[in-house]
Amino acid sequence: MAVVGRACLIIAFVVSIYGVGAAIHGARPGNRRFAESARRSVYAIAGLVTFSFAILEGAFLTSNFSFVTVVTHSSTTTPFFYKAAAAWSSQEGSLLLWAFLLSVWSSVVLTITRNRLRDVTPYATAVLLGFATFFLGLLVFTNSPFDTVAGPAPVEGSGLNPLLRHPSMMTHPIALYSGYTLAAVPFAFAIGALIARRIDAEWIAATRRFALGSWLALGIGLLLGARWSYVELGWGGYWAWDPVENAALLPWLTATALIHSIQIQEKRGMLKIWNVSLTLATGTLAIVGTFLVRSGILDSIHAFVEQGNEIAWLFTGLICVMCAGSIALVVSRRALLASENRIEALLSREAVFLMNNLVLVALTFVVFWGTFFPLISEALTGEKHALGPPWFGKYIVPLTIILAVLSGIGPVLSWRRATGLNARRNFAIPILLAGAAVVVSLALGGGRSLGAELMFAACAFLLGCVGQEFWRGTRARRAMSGEALPVALVSLVRRNRRRYGGYLVHAGVALLFVGIAASSAFQHVITPTLQVGQTAHVGGYAIHYDRPTGTITTKGGRLERINLGSDLTVRQGGKVVTRLHTERGYYPTDDSSLGVVSRYFEGEQTSEVGLKAGARRDIWTVVSPDTDPLRPIISQGDKVFGDAKNLPPSMGAALLGQAIRGIVNRYERNPPPAQFRFIVSPLVSWIWFGALVILFGGAISIWPPPGGATRRVRARYLARVGRESAATTS
Amino acid sequence: MDPSRKRRIRLGVALSTAVLLAAALVYTSFSASSEAVKPSQLVAQAVPGRNYHLTGKVVNGSIRHDGGVTWFKVRDRDATTSAKAVEIRYTGSVPDPFANGREVIVDVKKGTAGDYIGAPDSLITKCPSKFSAKTKQT
Repeated sequence: MAVVGRACLIIAFVVSIYGVGAAIHGARPGNRRFAESARRSVYAIAGLVTFSFAILEGAFLTSNFSFVTVVTHSSTTTPFFYKAAAAWSSQEGSLLLWAFLLSVWSSVVLTITRNRLRDVTPYATAVLLGFATFFLGLLVFTNSPFDTVAGPAPVEGSGLNPLLRHPSMMTHPIALYSGYTLAAVPFAFAIGALIARRIDAEWIAATRRFALGSWLALGIGLLLGARWSYVELGWGGYWAWDPVENAALLPWLTATALIHSIQIQEKRGMLKIWNVSLTLATGTLAIVGTFLVRSGILDSIHAFVEQGNEIAWLFTGLICVMCAGSIALVVSRRALLASENRIEALLSREAVFLMNNLVLVALTFVVFWGTFFPLISEALTGEKHALGPPWFGKYIVPLTIILAVLSGIGPVLSWRRATGLNARRNFAIPILLAGAAVVVSLALGGGRSLGAELMFAACAFLLGCVGQEFWRGTRARRAMSGEALPVALVSLVRRNRRRYGGYLVHAGVALLFVGIAASSAFQHVITPTLQVGQTAHVGGYAIHYDRPTGTITTKGGRLERINLGSDLTVRQGGKVVTRLHTERGYYPTDDSSLGVVSRYFEGEQTSEVGLKAGARRDIWTVVSPDTDPLRPIISQGDKVFGDAKNLPPSMGAALLGQAIRGIVNRYERNPPPAQFRFIVSPLVSWIWFGALVILFGGAISIWPPPGGATRRVRARYLARVGRESAATTS
Repeated sequence: MDPSRKRRIRLGVALSTAVLLAAALVYTSFSASSEAVKPSQLVAQAVPGRNYHLTGKVVNGSIRHDGGVTWFKVRDRDATTSAKAVEIRYTGSVPDPFANGREVIVDVKKGTAGDYIGAPDSLITKCPSKFSAKTKQT
């Protein structure tokens, strides 16, 4: 099947090259059939890449170790669920996923626009096929997922990295790659509109949902990555300002700016240069994100490869072409991109949206600068310098506080010019709420962090603005339609999905910012070394080390991992709050330089977090068992089994199992002191809840409005006005 | 005031603010950054008291624990021997993937006694995408 998969990719590559030529030729008047042929090329590529992807997935699910990528990323002991996810844990598999998603989204947008934007679509098709050609070229020439092993296939593979065995890893890469590939759609249509000189709002209307989809998918990817980091990586954090994390944040920030500023173009014909630039920047940053993970040019905990590989140069070339082409097109079409109106007053919705955009772009610039600073500093000074989280915090905290305030102000102001009365009416209650939030926080013992206090005030203000809008809208709807309050609320959101979905996103942002501010500023962390029976105190809690634990997990008759852990009791004021179990899993390695027993203790290790999550605070624990005292017995085991090479395999396996069981039992009977990491963080759950509200609001915004809803409300309102008029006249 | 003059003033204020902020960003990034070095560079040029952002590979068999302190040696990524490896004294959280031969990034400072002290909780370990090198392919 590897041959078939490779053949599909080669055919898809050839079709994509043909498609680019056909699309460009089809853009000329009278050549419409070539444009149609290019569109069908996209469908053909989608079919071929989907088939290739299915072949690769099939190889992983059936543990077909004749595929090199299956041998190096899966094993028979890898759970079925993770075998499917292992397909994109490799460089080549993830590139295939990228090409697959790109071909699917390209097919969707070209189907939607097949009878629209006839001048723009051929160029957009050429750009989308250009991306496809690039990624298919990588899959065919440099990173084939269909390479096979020389000679007979091995009976076992290396297995998926245990750190990647988390449910998030099934969806996190798909969400991120969907975000990246969806960003290619507005990018392609922006290029098409600029080339065809069709700079009206139609291309924006056609691709707005793809921009929103990209924003939503990147948001889901970021959320899942943060959650995975918190519960799986054993350090208790959710964001480390790592280059690869930042790579996904950058297009998300510009996409956030874009989905706000396109409203100004739609309503008032303004900010055309700004919108097209944001669209092009988002598309380019999506490729920069993909490049960062794969190039190894920056030191990251996630980079797939070593420095200096050829793929880095290919991506650099693509990014240079995208940047140069985008700038050249925007500059050459600047006369066509002139605004139809101007901002009339600073106290207007468009002015505040513009300020909000400037803050988001400033955030993008700060993150970009901090991420690429090692390269920038090396170019400027010859020395490579790196920036840590405190530097990011210095800029990100004030900018996000301003962003929260502007997110509250913008949507409630009128377009063109708001009056002082309008402002007073809209902001009196939110300002009171902001003051109340500060008072409550200080009363609860806050006040150690000015940034956190200001953030609480800004978020309370934002929630007040959003809550007020929901209340007023629902009340007006009830007055118009006579519906009950909850029904009126649901109808209001259904009828104005874009607007109220956006408000929900803002409410979610407020909750998320509160969670981040509280958990960053008021976190308590200790890393004690405890004997069984000892207690450590952290953040007002006493955590007692009750007993050690040791278990062995087997799968299909093979040892999957050894777990050494601890049972803990958490008390507050003498009362038991919760009991937690945390452990470290030791996965065997196939490193033949190690002894037979050592292999079970020297492979990958993962922490299973003992977590008590709550609305007010999380109690987070991990253990690092000290296995040094077990070394002599492990070495002795290595020697014994090394000398007994002539044992029958079944007997050897049984004796090895007994030996490992004995070592684990010994750890339980005579546990050495273990090192722990205990964290008490307030309001971490607000981050996850806020993110879910954001995603829910985003999903509401993206969903098409029901066609009949508006008409039904208007008819009911007119009927009521008619009845009341008739009653008055009679 | 003439609206076009008003617009010019606003633009001037906005551009001046942007330039000031950009200057602050550049200044603080150089003053707050740590020099990124390899172990061999650290051995050759480290100044006591200055922070460095060290990147390299953990030398096999060099990891040892002493209470809450972890000791380990780091060598250059591309070095074949550990002749120019530096030993780090580190306290704080140790990421799960930390192991012999793994690529690490850690903020260090040269102590007055010539030893190297890792900044607490600064150790990060590269997340490996696979366990072993590629099998020979056709």
